[in-house]
Amino acid sequence: MALRLRIDPIACDGRGVCAELFPERVSLDDWGFPILDDDPIGRDLLEHARRAVAACPVLALRLERT
Amino acid sequence: MTSTLAPRVETAPAPESLPRLLSEVPRSWRDLVSHRRRAGVLPEVRREPRPDLIQAVERAGLRGKGGGAFSTAHKMEAVAAGAGRAVVVVNGAEGEPASGKDKLLLVRAPHLVLDGALAAAAAVGADQVVVAVDRHASEALDSVRRALGERLSYEPAPIPMRLVAVPTHYVSGEETALVRWLNGGEAKPTNTARPFERGVARRPTLLDNVETLAHVAQIVRWGPGWFRTVGTPNEPGSTLISLSGAVARPAVYEVPLGASLARVLEQSGGRLDQISAVLVGGYFGTWLTADNAAEARLSCEDLARFGSDLGCGVVIALPREACGVVESARVLSWLASSTAGQCGSCVHGLASIADTTGAVARGRAPRDAALQLMRWAEQIEGRGACRLPDGAARFLRSSLAAFQHEVDRHLRGAHCGQAPHVLPLPNPVRDSWR
Repeated sequence: MALRLRIDPIACDGRGVCAELFPERVSLDDWGFPILDDDPIGRDLLEHARRAVAACPVLALRLERT
Repeated sequence: MTSTLAPRVETAPAPESLPRLLSEVPRSWRDLVSHRRRAGVLPEVRREPRPDLIQAVERAGLRGKGGGAFSTAHKMEAVAAGAGRAVVVVNGAEGEPASGKDKLLLVRAPHLVLDGALAAAAAVGADQVVVAVDRHASEALDSVRRALGERLSYEPAPIPMRLVAVPTHYVSGEETALVRWLNGGEAKPTNTARPFERGVARRPTLLDNVETLAHVAQIVRWGPGWFRTVGTPNEPGSTLISLSGAVARPAVYEVPLGASLARVLEQSGGRLDQISAVLVGGYFGTWLTADNAAEARLSCEDLARFGSDLGCGVVIALPREACGVVESARVLSWLASSTAGQCGSCVHGLASIADTTGAVARGRAPRDAALQLMRWAEQIEGRGACRLPDGAARFLRSSLAAFQHEVDRHLRGAHCGQAPHVLPLPNPVRDSWR
């Protein structure tokens, strides 16, 4: 079982907080919307991932067990 | 009143060759009495799913004709396994601009489609059928209304069937959009629930394309063995092709899966030497160069060689005098205007792509525009709630590849101002999303 970042593209309105807080796994496209790395989040990055999820102002970002 | 029909029921002999579906499309309206004389009796709808019917569809090897080419039997199995009584939705939204096959079936052979819907309802144990038709397809709406009325008076359906008129938008025929609208929301795609688990009224919902259900009716009537006598081993049966462009007789054709594209074009009065490219699969589809079109066969398996598939069966032959760059830019602009406006990468990405391809077509784009477009195609792929951005990305890539030389010419300033516009784009309908 692995943890992965998931985004709800309908809810997301491109504030870009996630990319700022978690640049290791989130980049922005040319219009400012997040592109997520699909690799599982390892222990070393879990804290960063959680912080980015918690900071999303529209609750569009989540960590999913897959 | 059912008894007045019963003694005369006598199934027509199974056609040995093509057409199959189109043999049930008469020149004028066929009423229920004459339809039932040909079609025989319907399988009984029970409270429980009917594995025998699902198995028949499985053995036939039928795949969905709406664009996804997903196994119809697998979809039925998933719905039948769901919790609660299922719902069957006949998807007749047919938002693809050059597609006419579903409207043709609804207008001329509505009883065949309704038989298919009832057979599918029996297969998954559904207790209702919803027939969803584009709000602006008035002929199809009238025809289905009349057919449902006939059934009420001559042959009461075992379960309720109702007709609904769906908002006219390219994305409203997408499964989740249709379900959201049927549940009282806007006809826009969602990413929350999968319809086969939780669809209409939160119940397991089977959504099948109109043509798919017409095939189901014939499979149930004549058996999977008969169905497989045409087509290829992996893609059995026949399929409807909405053929237009540089052919003398644009129309809906029925062909065996695996048919030679060149032959289909020739039989409809097209000449390969006057065609510069062929668009296969509609505006989610791909361009075949004339060379590839000459050897392609109309099956997903064969078209995969060219990174293409049948999609919803739209085939458009581009005449030599048209410009592939201009045509592609027109389609991409239309796709951009078709967004539901929900996902940022779709709204902004498609708009950027439409602007830049438009500039390329006018000979006003920067020299690196093709590279920029390729980057954007990659960026928008997989980023929407529905597959509109993916479809646009695929169409864009295929346009850049198929018309590579023309694109280069345009990037050096050419603009093809005299080229005729060929690909049909619907007049913008200002419809609501409800």
